[in-house]
Amino acid sequence: MAMTRVHAAQTASRSGLLNCHGCSLLVRQPSVAGRVHSRCPRCGARLHLRKPNSIVRTWALLIAAFIFYIPANLLPVTITTYLGSTQSDTIMSGVIFFMKTGSWGIALIIFVASIVVPIAKLIVLSGLLLSVQRRSRWRPEERTRLYRITEIVGRWSMLDVFVVTVLVALVRLGYLTTIEAGSGVVYFAAVVVITMIAAMVFDPRLIWDALEKNDELSAH
Amino acid sequence: MTQTLIACHECDLLHRVRPLPEKSKARCRRCGSLLYVHIPKTIERSLALAITGMVLLVIANIYPFLSLESQGTILETTLITGTIILSQQSMAGVAILVLFTSMLIPCLLLGALVYVLWPMKIGRRLPANRWIFRLALTLRPWSMTEVFLLGILVSVVKLAKMATIIPGTALFSFLALVFVLAAVNTFLVPRTVWEKMEEWR
Repeated sequence: MAMTRVHAAQTASRSGLLNCHGCSLLVRQPSVAGRVHSRCPRCGARLHLRKPNSIVRTWALLIAAFIFYIPANLLPVTITTYLGSTQSDTIMSGVIFFMKTGSWGIALIIFVASIVVPIAKLIVLSGLLLSVQRRSRWRPEERTRLYRITEIVGRWSMLDVFVVTVLVALVRLGYLTTIEAGSGVVYFAAVVVITMIAAMVFDPRLIWDALEKNDELSAH
Repeated sequence: MTQTLIACHECDLLHRVRPLPEKSKARCRRCGSLLYVHIPKTIERSLALAITGMVLLVIANIYPFLSLESQGTILETTLITGTIILSQQSMAGVAILVLFTSMLIPCLLLGALVYVLWPMKIGRRLPANRWIFRLALTLRPWSMTEVFLLGILVSVVKLAKMATIIPGTALFSFLALVFVLAAVNTFLVPRTVWEKMEEWR
């Protein structure tokens, strides 16, 4: 079945080749370990067999994102002043506002982009890291697909940051209504940027390395 | 000098590069990730799009972007207004992030492509073109004009009951820019550019 094909898989690393991250040129692996400073002859990018320290770096970024996720959701992202009275809105209360006013489509878009996607990214990347560290052989194709989706959708979480920017720019008529950015947006923006970088430093090839029989390529 | 083997970026499996029919894609047979595409005239098309994008970006910055009309008062904003107001509200970090993702990075990306592709089209090369092309490829995920556009839509819906929002010339230019950047992502085949660079060394 699929597994037998996987075992015989002819990968670049098995064939003594490095796949350049910058331009996809296949470069012969140096026989000595001192390859840290070698660069791609075609595009000049640093060459690595796998993204360097992928697991540790991804974990570090994920932990930071987990911590920032809490104030991002608890602190207000907008502070609206209307005729002297102020109202603070968190991301979730923004979603509820749209639901109450009947804009279900918009409520759903914000809910998915600002709440579902960030937490799903954190969970998916943590799960992928754990599976790689346990050298799991479970459904590598689906795990790779999950990674790919995570990497693609991450940027859409910036939506709320842009919404706040546009609101702040437009609603500042002073004497009537003013909208100010709340500190939650800082943490929220941090979560989005950090999880995007986390997805970039994670190396999905580690998922497939666990299927190799001899594990000299073990995660580092 | 065409490379005959390619390794999947997501699972490292080796594949032999075969000629593809126009506009079709080759996917990894093990994990399904995109391996390569065949886009005819990728350099010419990407260059034309990059130049168009730069013109649109200039228009998007000099004309009014969105205006808000409420009780007879009209407040006009430009693309950069949000960034300025955020920085005034001691949100400098967020202001810089917005400035970069919605304007500076698209600008750098398009500029870098013009810098590399235009000389390539007329058979020359400028210094550091490899480094600049790599920079352009790295910047791609950080150009978020389409997300910004969705953000505008959401804000307009939110304010619709409170005031009238008038779209300005810059907004239409920005909308066109979103499509141009999406087209750049489709038509630019980095592989072809790298191979062309390699030929000349």
